[in-house]
This record gives sequence, C-alpha cells and structure tokens, in this order.
Amino acid sequence: MHGKGLRGLSIATAATLVTAFALVFFYAPLDADQGFVQKIFYLHVPMAIVALCGFIFGGICAIGFLRTRDRKWDLRSYVAIHLSLILGVGVLITGSIWARASWGHWWVWDEPTLVSFLIIFLLYACYQPLRFSIEDPDKQARYAAVFAILAGAFVPLNFLAVRLAQPLAHPRVLGASGNLPSSMEFVFLVSLAGMVLLFITLWKYEMAAKQTRMRLKSLRQRLLSP
Amino acid sequence: MPALPLDEAGKYVAGAYVVFVAMILIYVVIMAIRLQRIEREVAELDELAARKEREESDHREEDDLERPDAARLSQDAGLEAPRR
Repeated sequence: MHGKGLRGLSIATAATLVTAFALVFFYAPLDADQGFVQKIFYLHVPMAIVALCGFIFGGICAIGFLRTRDRKWDLRSYVAIHLSLILGVGVLITGSIWARASWGHWWVWDEPTLVSFLIIFLLYACYQPLRFSIEDPDKQARYAAVFAILAGAFVPLNFLAVRLAQPLAHPRVLGASGNLPSSMEFVFLVSLAGMVLLFITLWKYEMAAKQTRMRLKSLRQRLLSP
Repeated sequence: MPALPLDEAGKYVAGAYVVFVAMILIYVVIMAIRLQRIEREVAELDELAARKEREESDHREEDDLERPDAARLSQDAGLEAPRR
C-alpha cells in the first residue's frame, strides 16, 4: 500500500533537492553579515522544521491509534518519530558546524533555541528505549502512543516559549517580516519543499519495508502451521 | 563576529552538506541491507511453500495408492467407490 507511487515520489524528491542545492550555491545572494557560511541556513533550518513537524505528526498518528486501536497508526507514529530523530541528529550536527563558523563555538549553552532543540531531541531519544522495554505488543503501542502525544504537545509549546524568550545569539530568520530578501526566501522555500518531500519519501519507504516484513512474518506462520 | 573568508567558510559549508549527504547514503545502505534480508526471507518462504506442496503431493500419491484397493473392495461389496 505504502509502496505505491514511490518511484515518482523518489524522483521528485531527488529533483527538488538537487534544484534547491543548485539554487543555494548559484542563485541565492551572499549574506551581508555572515557571508558564505550562511549557506548552511538552507540545510539546517528546513531540516529542523521538518524534524519538529515529524515529531508532531507522530503525536497525531498516536492519537489516531488511541482512538481506533488500529496498529497501522502506531506504526505510522513510530516511523515518523524514528525519521525525525535521524533528522534531529542532522540538525544538531549542521547547527554545531554553523555555530563554530559563526560564533567560534561548537555549542552555546545559554542560547534557548539550541538548548530547547536538544531537550526535544533527548526527550524523543527516550522513545525507542521506552517502547522496546515493553514486551507486550498492545501495552507497548499504548504506552508509546501516550508518550508520543505528550512529547508532541511539548514541541509547539517549547517553540513558543523559545520565541517569547529573549534571543541571545541565535538569529530569528522566520516570523519577523522583511529580514529575508525575496531571493533568499525563494531558495529557502525550495529547500523546505525538498526536505518535506524527503521526509515523506523515507517515511513511505520505511512503512512499506515494515509492512512487507510483517506480511512475511504472517506468511511464515501460516506456512509453518500444520 | 565578522564574516569568514570564502576559503575558511567553504570548509564549514562543505562539512554541513557532506554530513547531510552522508546521512542519506547511510540510510540508503541500511535500506538496501533490509531489502536483502527481505529477499532472503522471501526465498526461504518460497522454498518452504515448495516443500509443503511436495509433501502434499506425496501424501496424495500415497492416498491414491491406497484408495484403488478401497474402491475395488467397495465395488466387490456392491458399494460405490468412496468419494474424495
């Protein structure tokens, strides 16, 4: 079911990402303040946005599971959180590289945006150990859903709290009008579209792989039963 | 901090993009390994299904070997041959 249309989606994702990166290096103007280092922005920020939205999506799917008790919602939630965690690793690494180039430090502990993202990442890093420490599959899915909903609600709250806090060093590039030229905004939006497509493609791949394995397992049981 | 010169900034920008590409590549490799495992399992199940089919046909042959006698005995007794 999830494998349907994957070829077209994969091609669209690859084309959008290649276009986005070409635009980043050949079209987007150099930032007057940060210079060439600002090019990391087109990778780091879309990745962070998609990771955070993925965590929220995981929470929404978890609500779907608790409402219907259908295991496919649990699987959707698990895969979304799993992929968001991988993107989260990318956000932390690229963010550290950008911080080192811009501020001269790999990490700044008194910057709310950085620390809040790390808190969210560490919170979700507990998801898988929690999930797989429970043997009973029903209990596992139920507890994981509750965790995903609570943590998913924490993501926008955390984002709001950081927005309200006084920014110390991390730039506010989104939300305030007029601080991103239209050419930069266009490239940013293409990068964001590429990242969203990448997330959807990997999510569908992962879902298709997991469902295939589940089908194989049930087929094996049917074949081995007398 | 003032903007870094291109040669120095380039290292950081390249580093960030290489991390992203490397992550995707690692993910693709993991998916490929999983696909191989699935293929192996499909082959195993295929073999299992073939073996089961062979066993079933062997049983059928054994039944066929036994049944003609039963059919003959039934006919001798004036009964219909047992239906399968």
